[in-house]
Amino acid sequence: MSPLHLHLLLAAALFAIGLAGALTRRHAILVLIGIELMLNAANLNLLAFWRYGPNPEPLNGPIFALFTIAIAAAEAAVGLALIIAIHRRYRTTRVEDIRRLRG
Amino acid sequence: MTLTFALLAGLVLGGAFAAVTCRNRVHAGLFLAACLVGLALVFLRLGAEFLGFIQILVYVGAVAVLIVFAILLTRDAESPRDRLANAPASGILIALALFALLAWAISTGKFPAAPAETAAVAPALSVKALGDRLFREYVLPLQAVGLLLTAALIGAAVIALPAPKPDPLDDSDASGPAS
Amino acid sequence: MESLDQIFVTAKHAVLGLLPAAWQPWASAVISVGAILAVFPLLFALTTVVERKALGRMQNRPGPNRVGPFGFLQFAADGIKSLTKEDIVPRAADPIVHFLAPLVVVIPPVLAFAVLPVGRHMVALDLPETGLLFFLMVGTAVELGVFMAGWSSHNKYSLLGAMRALAQLLSYEIPLILSAITVVMLSGSLSLVTLVERQAEVHGGFLLGWNLFTPWGLAGALLFFTAAVAEANRSPFDLPEAESEIVAGYFTEYSGFKFALFFLGEYLGLFAISGLGITLFLGGWLPPFSFLGWVPSWIWFFAKLGALMMVFIWLRGTLPRLRMDQLMQFAWQFLLPMSLVNLFVAGLWHFTASWPLLARWLLGAAVLAVPWMLYARGFAARHPRRTYRYVT
Repeated sequence: MSPLHLHLLLAAALFAIGLAGALTRRHAILVLIGIELMLNAANLNLLAFWRYGPNPEPLNGPIFALFTIAIAAAEAAVGLALIIAIHRRYRTTRVEDIRRLRG
Repeated sequence: MTLTFALLAGLVLGGAFAAVTCRNRVHAGLFLAACLVGLALVFLRLGAEFLGFIQILVYVGAVAVLIVFAILLTRDAESPRDRLANAPASGILIALALFALLAWAISTGKFPAAPAETAAVAPALSVKALGDRLFREYVLPLQAVGLLLTAALIGAAVIALPAPKPDPLDDSDASGPAS
Repeated sequence: MESLDQIFVTAKHAVLGLLPAAWQPWASAVISVGAILAVFPLLFALTTVVERKALGRMQNRPGPNRVGPFGFLQFAADGIKSLTKEDIVPRAADPIVHFLAPLVVVIPPVLAFAVLPVGRHMVALDLPETGLLFFLMVGTAVELGVFMAGWSSHNKYSLLGAMRALAQLLSYEIPLILSAITVVMLSGSLSLVTLVERQAEVHGGFLLGWNLFTPWGLAGALLFFTAAVAEANRSPFDLPEAESEIVAGYFTEYSGFKFALFFLGEYLGLFAISGLGITLFLGGWLPPFSFLGWVPSWIWFFAKLGALMMVFIWLRGTLPRLRMDQLMQFAWQFLLPMSLVNLFVAGLWHFTASWPLLARWLLGAAVLAVPWMLYARGFAARHPRRTYRYVT
């Protein structure tokens, strides 16, 4: 069990926990928390490979992780704005109640 | 080495598990913040100092605060306790299956590892070099992320603005979310 | 006077020399932390008394003058009072979050002192790549504590005060960070020690190398210190915690020791961010004139800190409080655009390095003055003077 394997297992466990949260929660914001956990697990993977893998081009890992953090922040902002707008219009935040576009 | 890693892994996984299973929403948000702090410490331990500090600055200082703010703004008269969705078992099964698959892939996969002498010390991460790379080779993704952040900022502000008062004589849109 | 300048460093090395080699990293950290914990709370105690006396004098009254000579032991009386008061936790409050909130508000400012260079070679934690980033990171960690305090009290006014305080903290963070970025841009390093050392050159023979004496430095310092006063929730930006407005805002339901912790956290945050401003713009521990270099460097740092504290106390006693919407408008519609223009001026300063000093100064000042005049006129146009009608 090299350090690389340990970090990858930690990232995989974090991803699985995030996925379970996103699939089983009823409140939209708690689903978003699961999504953020999944994004962070991916970041951890990137940095673990940067640290313990062979690096012909150093700094790729942190740059990728930096972009991921920026994109996750943008997505969280827009997602939360959407949830607030939906709450204001329909007075509910339960994911199963927001089905107007359902086919 | 392994003791600090074990403690940090405990903090990260414990915080994530609590964030995902806690009934009280605000507590879930705070547990997410604790998990993100633990992750930032793992990044620091990996030698990515800049990334660890940025993680706390952006995630804990901004995203977690945004999440708890949104939890507050969408409170209702209903109880603050969340119930699980209609079929929690299938969601948990899917997550467990995915974890089993990933763990199997990780333990049997052959990753090209760095030779032992260079794996002992972390690769140097100088902020100057990072900035240099960002503005020379990665300038296009950088500008794209800038555009994305601007669009997200404007979009979030526009979406969250209060809707204009509806005309009382106008009943063209249906009421209620269910079709 | 080299020995007096380095007296604390040599004392620390002497103590470390007495210990076995395996303990030395831990002992070094413990000594640095102990020194920080000894000096800054004492400074906090002194500042509370000086502030109350100074505010009293500005309001034509003596201030506290009963405890100790001229009232200067008032902080001891206040400390004993806070420690012995009953700790009341509301029954509907969330006990764990209510307990943890003061900790999350106090610990980050104490952490922030670790990266401030207090004197020559006197910094507790020298991060050569990311010193300033560490400081800004602990600045943002306070926000979650503010929210925890407001929400866990289960009190409408606490929650409202916490929301307002959070909005204020988030809004004023951006001009703060952008003004700090101009310094980083021109000095080429995020390490606070390097930022101070870069200000040691002297321009044009007599003008000091402090960043304050450049056009972008002057504007940046004004922006930074305005945003710093707002970040520390001090008057005139203290709407979230003003007694006449919202009782005490997010720490209404805290009594006794926890209230003392919030108070301590607020002042320590003020010291930390003033220390950062001094490091970035006022030359840190550098003397104003090189012929005054015989005075120890840490005396210069604390003298500048004391002078800044007096300016902040003066602001508190003089300016009226800003309303919440005025506060937000000031941050987003004035400070943020001016910070962006300041970034541009800093770039201009860098690229005109071969010009004579006066020409560079005039160019920078002109580029800064135009948006400033437009905004000032814009504000005046949008908020015309009120006319009052009197019933006679």
